[in-house]
Amino acid sequence: MPHGRPKMEGSAKDFKGSIMRLFAYCKPYMPLIMIGLLSAGISSIMTIIGPDQLKEITNTITAGLVSGIDLDKIKSIGIALLIIFALSAVFSLLEGLVMASVTAKLSKSLRSKLAGKINRLPLAYFDTTTVGDTLSRMTNDVDTICQTMNQSLSTLVAAFTLFVGSLFMMFKTSWILAITAILSSLVGFVLMMIILKNSQKYFTKVQEELGNINGHIEEVFSGHNVVKAYNAEDEVNKKFDEINESLFVNGRKSQFYSGLMHPIMGFVGNLGYVAVCIVGAVLTLNGNISFGVIVAFMLYIRFFTQPLTQFAMGLNQLQSTAAASERVFEFLDAKELKDESKITKYLDKNEVKGSIEFKDVEFGYTEDKTIIKGFSAKIKPGEKVAIVGPTGAGKTTIVNLLMKFYDIDSGEILIDGVSTKELTRENIHDLFVMVLQDTWLFEGSIKDNIRYNDASINDEKIIEACKVVGLDHFIKTLPDGYDTLLDDSDALSQGQKQLMTIARSMVDSCPFLILDEATSSVDTRTEILVQKAMDELTKGRTSFIIAHRLSTIRNADLILVLKDGNIIEQGNHDALIEKKGFYAELYNSQFQNANE
Amino acid sequence: MIKMFKNLKKKEIIYFLISIVFVVVGVLLDLKIPDYMQEITTLLTAGNTEMKEILVQGGFMLACAFGSLVSAVVVGYFASFIGTSFEKNLRSRVFRKVESFGMEEIKKFSTSSLITRSTNDVTQVKMFIVMGIQMLIKAPIMASIAVSKIANKGWEFSLVTLVGVLIVLVMVIALVLIVLPKFKLLQTLTDKLNRITRENLTGIRVVRAYNAEEYQLKKIEGANDELTDMNLFTARAMSFMNPVMSSVMSGLSLAIYWIGAHLINQAEVLDKMEIFGNMVTFSSYAVQVIMSFMMLVMLFIIYPRASVSAKRLNEVLDTDPNVKDGEIDEDTTDLKGVVEFKDVSFKYPDAEEYILKDINFKINKGETIAFIGSTGSGKSTLINLIPRFYDVNEGEVLVDGVNVKDMKSTYLNNKIGYISQKAVMFKGTVEENITFGECLQGKPSKERIEEAIEVAQAKEFIDALDDGFDTSVAQGGTNFSGGQKQRLSIARAIARNPEIYIFDDSFSALDYKTDFALRKALRKHTNDATILIVAQRIGTIKDADKIVVLDSGKCAGIGTHEELLKNCKVYKEIAKSQLREEEL
Repeated sequence: MPHGRPKMEGSAKDFKGSIMRLFAYCKPYMPLIMIGLLSAGISSIMTIIGPDQLKEITNTITAGLVSGIDLDKIKSIGIALLIIFALSAVFSLLEGLVMASVTAKLSKSLRSKLAGKINRLPLAYFDTTTVGDTLSRMTNDVDTICQTMNQSLSTLVAAFTLFVGSLFMMFKTSWILAITAILSSLVGFVLMMIILKNSQKYFTKVQEELGNINGHIEEVFSGHNVVKAYNAEDEVNKKFDEINESLFVNGRKSQFYSGLMHPIMGFVGNLGYVAVCIVGAVLTLNGNISFGVIVAFMLYIRFFTQPLTQFAMGLNQLQSTAAASERVFEFLDAKELKDESKITKYLDKNEVKGSIEFKDVEFGYTEDKTIIKGFSAKIKPGEKVAIVGPTGAGKTTIVNLLMKFYDIDSGEILIDGVSTKELTRENIHDLFVMVLQDTWLFEGSIKDNIRYNDASINDEKIIEACKVVGLDHFIKTLPDGYDTLLDDSDALSQGQKQLMTIARSMVDSCPFLILDEATSSVDTRTEILVQKAMDELTKGRTSFIIAHRLSTIRNADLILVLKDGNIIEQGNHDALIEKKGFYAELYNSQFQNANE
Repeated sequence: MIKMFKNLKKKEIIYFLISIVFVVVGVLLDLKIPDYMQEITTLLTAGNTEMKEILVQGGFMLACAFGSLVSAVVVGYFASFIGTSFEKNLRSRVFRKVESFGMEEIKKFSTSSLITRSTNDVTQVKMFIVMGIQMLIKAPIMASIAVSKIANKGWEFSLVTLVGVLIVLVMVIALVLIVLPKFKLLQTLTDKLNRITRENLTGIRVVRAYNAEEYQLKKIEGANDELTDMNLFTARAMSFMNPVMSSVMSGLSLAIYWIGAHLINQAEVLDKMEIFGNMVTFSSYAVQVIMSFMMLVMLFIIYPRASVSAKRLNEVLDTDPNVKDGEIDEDTTDLKGVVEFKDVSFKYPDAEEYILKDINFKINKGETIAFIGSTGSGKSTLINLIPRFYDVNEGEVLVDGVNVKDMKSTYLNNKIGYISQKAVMFKGTVEENITFGECLQGKPSKERIEEAIEVAQAKEFIDALDDGFDTSVAQGGTNFSGGQKQRLSIARAIARNPEIYIFDDSFSALDYKTDFALRKALRKHTNDATILIVAQRIGTIKDADKIVVLDSGKCAGIGTHEELLKNCKVYKEIAKSQLREEEL
């Protein structure tokens, strides 16, 4: 789902399936969940018994108003009640604590699963999804699952116990009154269902418009300069107002409907009460039942209608649980990278000579569109290869294939004569070091950023690398030197960040090097510095360099000129200029005068 | 937060007042219902009762219940109106305020923070208002009516109720003290988890290239553990709330009956009935008192979060843009396309050093001027002064002989076609993106659009699109490549037909060939327009009429390519790094 907004409540495609899967997933926690739910049930049974006993006290008092109250009886009921209340509280607390543990464990394991999954997905997956989408699955959706599951499960169980318990008691006491109670509550239930159904569309609409308005705000704020310079305030305001108005209209309705639930159920409770009283009175007058039955029913009807509201709320929450778990499972189900456990070949990075051969390589990101067509080239160990071509010619794609980020459709790439198909991705990555255009640094100290995941690199080596790229002096001027923490704030310029990533690749000794437009965000004077660092970096390694700046690749041993995915020219700079072909044209356009 | 309430409109306040009336009616009716219940019970107990009497009492009770339902519906209607209407107006105000900001204010808050403020924070405040209105009105009314019913009806009962209230208060205060600070921490930890995961996602190629999957996973797991522990702690602490609450409520009823029984037993025969009556009232109303306390307390629990949001919104609403609009909105000189910098010095707010110092140059109609220099030399800053993204500290920027500070921004912007470094796209169609904004001639005609895309070298790829101009552009233009977006944004500027073009390093996303073809076509298309270009590549600017070389904010030389090669050291260095000896 490329540009999909997070789906919200009630829109799970397969409600039952998602919930069942979630339950299956909860298996390790089932004993705990059972304890929690059992506690919830017991606690709500206590709630049924409690008021009954309380009524008993009133009766005892009423009975003894004139003649003197049976205090001993009151005492025994009181103590019994205390025990009941205490038990109810203990079980309710137990339920809370147990469910808290389950929830925490479940969310932790879901997050771990998701995090692990990130690293097993092909890059193609991330080409079609946004970072925000994955993040929202990891935090928002997992949170939703756990919160709603916790609440809805306990509510549903407690409500169910109460519902069945009171239904049982009612029919046991008087079936006529039971039917009266059910019928009158049915009115409320139907009303509630109608409201739920009606409000659903407004809720969905609100979520949709909320997504739209947030998107619009993000767009306008990020492009603030352009909005201002193009006098487009009125235009963006108009669009904003439209969405805002629709949000208001739908928001008001959804809010109104959801607010109705509680009062309506309250009314239904009272309606049932009166109905029971009236039917009860008729029955009493006919001598069919005793007065005590009516008194009991007055309580039962409360217990009977109360769960209905809770059912509705619990089911609603379960809908969100389903929608959220669907999104989480969707991510967990995404097709993973090919299994490589059967691969036995291994290239030791200290023994690799460094030759690479492309043999009739064909590849497309999607099946219907081949980007690289029949690409062949031979690179000798230690050679510098420059990949040149207009935007969209497929330069980055070549690198993606080299690194086995994507699997090629047909043909072969051979490293020292071994096909990359016969090597694990891990092994290939081990052989390559890469400097990308997007300078990627993480939150951590400068040292950590350069050392990265190779703990064997000592501090001297890091400082050495920084000296080579010319960062050492700058880093020493920072208050904490090499231990300075890098965060969101722009303490480093783009160029310095770039140098940092170069230093990172410098401490890594690999036979192959890939530079992907690595110097384009560095200004030209810093570039001289970077260039020197690069020369140092390329020494003894087979290097692939992609850059728009032709000056950086002029002294390459081999230039591959790409156009529309095909290598249309190969050779060194002078030979290609001599040829007066596409490369020569590309190169000369740099120095032509637009006024001529 | 209180300041937020001042944003309520007149209509909302009237609705608010009406709501209060209906809440009172509703609460009164609600409290009346137990009386009828009592009445019906008595009637039934009495035995030989007429059916009619029960029907009458039942009818009254249902009438009350229905009345309460109606008032709840009315209150619900008004409350939902107030909440959402308040939200709508607040969001709109924040949005328009941010729009009025200059770069200075945007930088101060940061774009992402402004986005959260106008989305999440607005929702937070609205939620508080919707819940707050109902609870804030209902709780005191319920409490005061309940208290008035039970006042002076036996100190023993009052004492028990007080104890109940105290227990609830102590628990809530304890929770507030222990858990609330953790909630803030929880947010920080969630942010941390988000950040580390985002890091993994944005750097996924690097992570894989370094075989650092395990390393990243370990970091995520660390954050996950911390978050889980904190979640567990708060969830456990919160699970005390329900049991304690219901224990207090049931315990209170029990205590009242128990004590009541003893009191009645000890009392004189004549007082017995009265104490019994008091006991019954207490048992139904004491719970209401605690309930209303609880409601108020809940308000305090959700308050801190809303209050933080309100504060953040007020910060935005209270900020006035530093760049003030000028007066002039029509031509006062005969000059066209003339840009002049006179002794301009500029430093960013809060910065100590000037980023631009004593800049002087003048460019006339139809000329091209280019700015070059290393990163941080101030070239982008310099051209940002022309559309007044910032105002100069010293000196003046003149467009067509008029100080830009004196111009109305719409008038100034109509003269300018600005193309930012990073192409900005808006959700909509390709055509909507090209005709974005307003200019002197109104919306560009179809021919103008055609012309613009041809000049911007965008015709080829737009023609290849299935729906051509009507192709939809996704949010942020993610369905177009960087080069395509940049060409579209250049077409947008050309379609405006401006006097002055400002290219803020807009060509670096283009390859040399397109870059060259585009500049050539642009010159051919518009002979009169003044063009200002910031660039990194010598090739892009070589043919400019004037080149301004910037070095650490100072002008290191002005002249043509040939002149600068001869007498500007900085320019020579830049050129050397890009060209070969024989090309110099």
